[in-house]
Amino acid sequence: MSETTADTVRPPAPAAIEAPADRTRRLRVGGVMLVFALIGFGLAIFTNGGKATFQLVSGDLQNNLLGVPAQFTALVLGILGVIAAGAYLLRRVPQSYSGYLAALLGICFIGSFLCWAAAGKTFPLANQFQGTLNFATPLILGALAGVLCERAGVINIAIEGQFLVGAFTAAVVSSTTNSAAAALIAAAVSGVVMAWLLAVFSIKYLVNQVVLGVVLVVFASGITGYLFDQFLQEDADKLNTPNVLSAVKIPGLADIPFIGPILFNQTVLVYLTYLAVAVVTFVLFQTRWGLRVRAVGEHPKAADTVGIKVKRVRYSAVLWAGVLAGLGGAFFTVGYAGSFSKEMTAGNGFIALAALIMGRWHPIGAMVAALFFGFATQLQSQLQIIQTPIPGELLLMAPYLATIIAVAGLVGRVRAPKADGEPYVTE
Amino acid sequence: MSTDTTVEPAPAAPAPQREPQRSGLPSWAIQGLVSLSAIVLALLVGAILIIVGDDQVKTAVGYFGAAPMDTVSAAVSAVGEAYKALAVGALGGVTPITESLTQATPLICGGLAVSLAFRTGLFNIGAQGQLIVGAILAAYVGFAWDLPPVLHLVLAVIAGLIGGALWGGVVGVLKARTGAHEVIVTIMLNYVAIYLLQWLLTTSAFRRPGRTDPISPVVNSNAQYPQFGDTRLHLGFLVALLAAVFVWWLLNRSTIGFELRAVGANADASRTAGMSVGRAYIIAMVVAGALAGLAGTQQVLGTDLPLTDGVAASVGFDAITVALLGRGTPLGTVLAGLLFGALNAGGLQMQLITQTPLTLTTVLQAVIVLFVAAPALVRSIFPFLPKERGVGAVLAKGWNG
Repeated sequence: MSETTADTVRPPAPAAIEAPADRTRRLRVGGVMLVFALIGFGLAIFTNGGKATFQLVSGDLQNNLLGVPAQFTALVLGILGVIAAGAYLLRRVPQSYSGYLAALLGICFIGSFLCWAAAGKTFPLANQFQGTLNFATPLILGALAGVLCERAGVINIAIEGQFLVGAFTAAVVSSTTNSAAAALIAAAVSGVVMAWLLAVFSIKYLVNQVVLGVVLVVFASGITGYLFDQFLQEDADKLNTPNVLSAVKIPGLADIPFIGPILFNQTVLVYLTYLAVAVVTFVLFQTRWGLRVRAVGEHPKAADTVGIKVKRVRYSAVLWAGVLAGLGGAFFTVGYAGSFSKEMTAGNGFIALAALIMGRWHPIGAMVAALFFGFATQLQSQLQIIQTPIPGELLLMAPYLATIIAVAGLVGRVRAPKADGEPYVTE
Repeated sequence: MSTDTTVEPAPAAPAPQREPQRSGLPSWAIQGLVSLSAIVLALLVGAILIIVGDDQVKTAVGYFGAAPMDTVSAAVSAVGEAYKALAVGALGGVTPITESLTQATPLICGGLAVSLAFRTGLFNIGAQGQLIVGAILAAYVGFAWDLPPVLHLVLAVIAGLIGGALWGGVVGVLKARTGAHEVIVTIMLNYVAIYLLQWLLTTSAFRRPGRTDPISPVVNSNAQYPQFGDTRLHLGFLVALLAAVFVWWLLNRSTIGFELRAVGANADASRTAGMSVGRAYIIAMVVAGALAGLAGTQQVLGTDLPLTDGVAASVGFDAITVALLGRGTPLGTVLAGLLFGALNAGGLQMQLITQTPLTLTTVLQAVIVLFVAAPALVRSIFPFLPKERGVGAVLAKGWNG
């Protein structure tokens, strides 16, 4: 109540009348933001150890170091964060800028956290970003696959299964043919095969898509595990020694200081991922096919009425998604680790699902969420190296907790495509 | 109350009047036939995998042109030997049978946790997380406290129930209050539980003194489920059966259970009829979580004894397939749990004797459930099967539903 009077008394407050629902939401979101800002500020108070050093070039411990006074920087960032949260909470900026405020708060929070963690030590910042991209690449591809499926109205919680099969196929094909291109194509094809199972059982046989997703993950883990036990272990030299993709430097762009080597000295698979984000965004929102995909995901009956072949559009969306998920799986073997091992995707398919939901079923949003998840995962291993008192397991929980907070509507509203998960039956 | 007031399982007599079916078979018989066909089909798929992976078949294929029958006989003997080892390992004698029952114990409780939620219209993918949190609390009470015999076990089990109920209850409350979809929340909470367990096992409260690997002290003997003779089978199995009876009573004989099933069948109609849908969701998830927590106690107080980060193995996920195969009914879940327990125990023996990897049983379980979930597909393969509704049809709704 007192908030209302405060708002009306002060003249510079925006004149627009706020709906009660918006107000509750603003207070709730603002509250969460303020909590984060205060944690960031609190970390700044407890920062000690003089200088925090950030390593700007991977592996270079002598040059290209950025030293900052740890506590001072953390305090500045902490105060900035509190200001950002306060501005949102008290409605000091127009509603349309609130996204930037949240971003500013996020950067400030991470900044003061890093200053706190790196005080008196050297933090490999370049490695941090490099690792973020590594962890995020399969997540982005998996989440994009999910976006395509679910925009068309087919729930895909089998991303994990598609990853596993893609990783397995890429490893075997790369080992036998020594060709990176063949490995990637095979991985994409295997992803399509898994996607085809998803499509047939959900679209033709009307199986509940959550049931189906769970079963397909079990199936994929069983079949890759069985083939691994029977063939790959016995014949490891021939079947499980894939060539890891080598980094390709993009001339010019790779010479940009700091971000150049991180973004533009990567494997083909990472460039394909950049491309996939752009293509999926464009196709989904700018082409006729994309409009149809979204139509059958929101209101299949209406789409059917205007002559769109609902099932055919759904099939094509799910199968194209299989290409992306298969490539995402390939990252685990030929893109990063080399040889295949059982269950090697370790729940990444489910993090990709989380990224898709956090990103609100939008390709760009999914990419941002995947990058955030990748950042948290990489930060965990970095912090173990420089030894901070924070247990790594708690950081690993972050993506999952963030997703729960997001779906619980604590931060904005997350809404799935309307017909997501509903099989379409013509009457 | 007499039996004909229950809504399901549909009794044999009134079924033909309400819903004319093509054959005179009661629905449970049809479901049984479909399940049986699914098992047969899965064994066929498994047979193909065994043949593909068998060494003797590989050699025989090498001279296929010269002696094609060699390949066939090698294939037949490979499949025969593997499945024989599987059957003997599951049922051939006292030790195999008790081993099967031991494996089935947590699957039954976990399966009940999924089934109960399923009947309320909720998809509980989170049995794994609920089981882990239950196991954490049960183990802690088990090794950190020092209490007289019976009391210690009872308290440890209660701790496990509470742990699971909390982890499940969060899902119910979030669903009821904010509409957060339970599938997403449970998947995320599974991972939170795993990392919580891994973290706890690094702390001095949980790590066994003198060890650096993630393992807790052994649970006090007073807090262990008593074992039957020299076998690994323990009292937890009987507790699992009692839990099934309890779930049957809850669903079919209690007012709360009626509300749960009503909400599961049609949430909007139940709301109109004056039931609190949110309350039903919370109750269902709390009880389901407690059941999964019970499975956790069976793991940590009966089979495993120290708490490790592998305490849940894949029980929580297998529980989903058990519940699906059991079609959400307590009896079906017990039978499915016994089947999968036998497959696991037999699979271990098969791996020992014929070197057929245990992962084959994972494939078998997945394929069985895939076929059970798609009865239309099974019918297109076995056209003589009568019609029935698919297991997923009840729950065919999306993230927003």
